[in-house]
Amino acid sequence: MSLLHLAVFAPFLLALFVPILYKLFRQIHTGWFVLILPVLLFTYFSRFIPLTKQGDVITERAAWIPSLDITVDFYVDGLGLLFALLITGIGSLVVLYSVFYLSKEKEKLNQFYVFLLLFMGSMLGVVLSDNLIVLYSFWEFTSLSSFLLIGYWNERERSRYGAQKSLLITVFGGLSLLGGIILLSIMGNTFSIRELISQSGQLIDHSLFTPALLLVLLGAFTKSAQFPFHIWLPDAMEAPTPVSAYLHSATMVKAGLYLVARLSPVFAESGLWLWLVSITGLITLFWGSYSAIKQTDLKAILAFSTISQLGLIMSLLGLGAAALHYESMGETIYLAATVAAVFHLINHATFKGSLFMVAGIIDHETGTRDIKKLGGLMQVMPITFTVAIIGAFSMAGLPPFNGFLSKEMFLASMVSVLELDIFNMDTWGVLFPVIAWVASVFTFIYSMIVVLKPFTGKLSLKLLDRKPHEAPIGMLLSPIILASLVIVFGIFPNLLSSSIIKPAVASIQPSLVGPDFQVHIAFWHGPEPEVWMTIGIIVLGVLLYKTLSKWQGITMWVPDRISLNSLYDNGLRGLERSSSFVMKCLMTGSLRTYLLSVFLFFILSLGFTIYWKDAFTLDTKHFAPIGFYELLLAGVIVAAAIAILFAKSRLTSIIILGAVGYAISLFFVLLRAPDLALTQLVIETISVSLFLLCFFHLPLLASRKEERMTFRLNNAMISIGVGVIVTLIALSAHSNKLFDSISSYYLENAYKEAGGKNVVNVILVDFRGLDTMFEITVLSIAALGIFAMIKLRLTRRKDQS
Amino acid sequence: MKQNDLILQTVTKVAAFVILLFAVAIFLGGHYSPGGGFVGGLMTSAAIVLLLLAFDLKTVTAILPIDYKVLIGSGLLISSLTVAGGLLFGVPLMTHAYRYIDLPILGHISLHTAVLFDLGVYLVVVGVTMTIIQTIGESE
Repeated sequence: MSLLHLAVFAPFLLALFVPILYKLFRQIHTGWFVLILPVLLFTYFSRFIPLTKQGDVITERAAWIPSLDITVDFYVDGLGLLFALLITGIGSLVVLYSVFYLSKEKEKLNQFYVFLLLFMGSMLGVVLSDNLIVLYSFWEFTSLSSFLLIGYWNERERSRYGAQKSLLITVFGGLSLLGGIILLSIMGNTFSIRELISQSGQLIDHSLFTPALLLVLLGAFTKSAQFPFHIWLPDAMEAPTPVSAYLHSATMVKAGLYLVARLSPVFAESGLWLWLVSITGLITLFWGSYSAIKQTDLKAILAFSTISQLGLIMSLLGLGAAALHYESMGETIYLAATVAAVFHLINHATFKGSLFMVAGIIDHETGTRDIKKLGGLMQVMPITFTVAIIGAFSMAGLPPFNGFLSKEMFLASMVSVLELDIFNMDTWGVLFPVIAWVASVFTFIYSMIVVLKPFTGKLSLKLLDRKPHEAPIGMLLSPIILASLVIVFGIFPNLLSSSIIKPAVASIQPSLVGPDFQVHIAFWHGPEPEVWMTIGIIVLGVLLYKTLSKWQGITMWVPDRISLNSLYDNGLRGLERSSSFVMKCLMTGSLRTYLLSVFLFFILSLGFTIYWKDAFTLDTKHFAPIGFYELLLAGVIVAAAIAILFAKSRLTSIIILGAVGYAISLFFVLLRAPDLALTQLVIETISVSLFLLCFFHLPLLASRKEERMTFRLNNAMISIGVGVIVTLIALSAHSNKLFDSISSYYLENAYKEAGGKNVVNVILVDFRGLDTMFEITVLSIAALGIFAMIKLRLTRRKDQS
Repeated sequence: MKQNDLILQTVTKVAAFVILLFAVAIFLGGHYSPGGGFVGGLMTSAAIVLLLLAFDLKTVTAILPIDYKVLIGSGLLISSLTVAGGLLFGVPLMTHAYRYIDLPILGHISLHTAVLFDLGVYLVVVGVTMTIIQTIGESE
């Protein structure tokens, strides 16, 4: 354990105390206590910047399950640090914002901050873990906390729907990621990412390489809302806006990007990786920006824009892999794609975070997010408007904001695809810049919608629930900070280039980034194609935005019936319906039917195994001598068993069943096992009285009175079959002595090691004490279960009457 | 119909005590002679069940005002603490310690942490059986 471990686990620890703080200090908004932690962590992590800048990697180890090669190793390199700073930095701003967004009187703040801290800790764990199993555990924790946060207002139907949808899709991806991790560990014989990277050259020829690649990508794509798994993200917008700003735009949805970036060195040699990642990214980019235009909810527009921007970064990461296929260091143009990806990742967090916060402010102050109702807010909310315009213009890719720079780099990378001569890129590659350009035009349009629709035009107070005014300064603080970062990174991009971007790129492309590699981002780099593309985007974008009302109808062409959402809904409904159908077939509610099927299965499976393996053997050598008493007892048992069949009432059958049990316990006496005999006798006594009690309380069904069941041939066959099978197995088990009995060990060591002379009891409390421990736990659970079920039935009956 | 169970009640008054004492005896002696927490607990429950059969539920709850669910919890707690206790001394889970001492009257006896573990088992067994019997018996 080290300070780094403490830093990752600190949010979990604080989460334990949040409910107490909430209860103790009701007058103080719980968010203030929580705010301290991300600020501290941000300062802590920023101390690593000088180290990673020199290319150092900080590793802290702690053993967890050494026998399975699972260790909690955290390591900070450029990529991990970039994400850690994003998580804690945006986290601080979001917590600050939430203090003003969520009312301390009305909201369940204790739950909210516990979930938020759970997320923060697990996200830090994802980006800093070296062990893939640990990474996976944290990964699922982020899905879980996202589920809890989306469903935070769980009284709303849409919230529950969105929460379930996100959980189903991301956990599905998570499971496939686990599969990929296991395949990777089989190939590389390690769970450590760095060890896998060090042997990446040998992995590509392994037969499991392609399945592992596909599974890992499935995990990354579902998490980062890539097409066609993007459908959960718009529904996740039911979460409170601070959560949307934090999880669903700045951090969690970027976990998939992180995974792709982190495992690039392992997979990027393969053409499949390059194609899959970049094409999926491009489709997502296009589809997200296209779908954003038809939305009328501010947050829905932002959700689709997030999807589209994630696609953009994904496609850049995919293209970055092309750099591996060129030996000479001169081909930095493909490395530039990775630089652009990292740069845009930072920029997206700043401008999208501020835009989400603006949407939250509008929602908070006017009571609606519908752009049809909103308009003219510029007059009443000048500061919010300024922030919105900075964020939206950056998103649209306009100078002098940071989005312009990374957008140009993106376009430049897409154009450079034309020069690729690997994996048939020279034929189909031309689609890359075309799709990128079209998607950028749509991006421009929705950016304008986000900022111009609510803020310009006519303010119509009639449509709004309350009279809007400027938000309190505390609420504006976080978006203002983010907007200032948008400008600062825009004007001085090289603040980041050597301190953050270069180390991050070095972790994504370790084999290519040499010591003389430099990142330099410039505003003006001559009349390159990307400049003309940007000018084209602006001209066409302005034209299309002006004529939006005339052509917006086109976007409604895809009918709802065949959309991905209805596919998901119908699939889920079909699953529910078919599983309840299967359940109704199996669970008839009749105990007799259950027993029949259980025993029938028992006979068939065991009987078949005995026949198939020819397993029956009979060896009378080890049999105990059979004397008079044994014969007598056996006679009693047989007679009692037959008598049960002819008993007139339930009570009689139970008592005769008891007689069988007592006779068996006498066998234990004969075979000199006093402990067993004693236990069996008492158990028999208690179970007979329990049986009596149960049968006394059984309801008398009209169809099955306490009269005898009539003889049924199949019942008779099944009961005889069970008896025969058990006898055969018992005889064969006794005849096969495959290894020496462990009894002699116990006999020798019971007194020597455990200080007890009753071997049976020593086994129970000492040698196999853990078994006993779990047995009594199971017993307790059963007793409490019975208690709960019967009490529940009683209260329900009371309610009905 | 009024039941005449005078003989049962009279016998039970004596027999229940004998059974209870015997249960404690085989519980304590378990490590050296037949017995132990499991069968001791069962036998204690048998004594209580006998009381239940002879008298009714109300009378027995008046005599033994015990919440058997609490017994389950405390039994589990005692056992798991005994299991975990070894960790405090740097030995593996479930390690028992014992020593022999000589006491007046009782003579040479052993003190063994296994008894503590067994006490947990005993309490759980009594708690579980009695909880089940009591809840089913109460649900009329």
